[in-house]
Amino acid sequence: MNNTLTTEKRNPSLPAVEEAPGLIPLVDITEDKDAYTLVAEMPGVTRQNLEILLENHELTIIGRRNLAAPEGAEFLVRESKPHHFRRVFELDPAVDSARIEARMDQGVLTLILPKTEQVKPRKIAVS
Amino acid sequence: MSQLFGVRNDLDRVVKEFFEDFTKGMEYFHGWVPAMDVLEEKNNLIVRMELPGLKKEDIDISVHEGVLSISGERKREAANEPSEQFRTERYFGRFNRAVTLPKPVHVEQISAAYKEGILTITLPKTEAAKPRQIEVTVG
Repeated sequence: MNNTLTTEKRNPSLPAVEEAPGLIPLVDITEDKDAYTLVAEMPGVTRQNLEILLENHELTIIGRRNLAAPEGAEFLVRESKPHHFRRVFELDPAVDSARIEARMDQGVLTLILPKTEQVKPRKIAVS
Repeated sequence: MSQLFGVRNDLDRVVKEFFEDFTKGMEYFHGWVPAMDVLEEKNNLIVRMELPGLKKEDIDISVHEGVLSISGERKREAANEPSEQFRTERYFGRFNRAVTLPKPVHVEQISAAYKEGILTITLPKTEAAKPRQIEVTVG
């Protein structure tokens, strides 16, 4: 199982997402000295249906899901949105895009965006 | 503070701010209100709820006098290191929702599954609630 994104991933075949209104996933973003952590809620999205695009310090997360009624069933009440998730972030140039890690668990995406070595605060020992 | 994430386009921001205000209001009055779907098929009622990032054991389901109640809690994970928060849009804490079931169900046969952050509860309808085909005899 490869959960680590080490390369830029682009998929030109996304018309369904581009045309749909798109649902903005709720996110939490934190920063510590080594990395940013982005946590995004995308209920109904499997790891396979998750797309993370990185281009010129622009991070796009797309989560496709199908919450249609199963065959033979009909909605009596529908509050879930029949849309895919999509959100674009501008990345701090200090993020080391080669080391971004992604994890998906129960509809929650966690992205770890490590900072490049030179921007990390370094303690210089005085001899 | 170093440069941080910026939401790219204005539309995104406007929508988000609206959404934030709206949901903040809801949080004040009701806590957290996860989206719920109720579906019906021939033999079952199906109730689905969007509950991303919970633990199975933190979800409670009960049925009492034809009312299905779903409650639970999303617990905040303790940060390992001191960190700065840039965006906090997610909800933590308790939620509680109830729905009156539109048809009688076999309470003892209710089952629930939690996958990809979606809770799916299947409630088998009682025989009386199922559609019946009535044969027409030609005589």
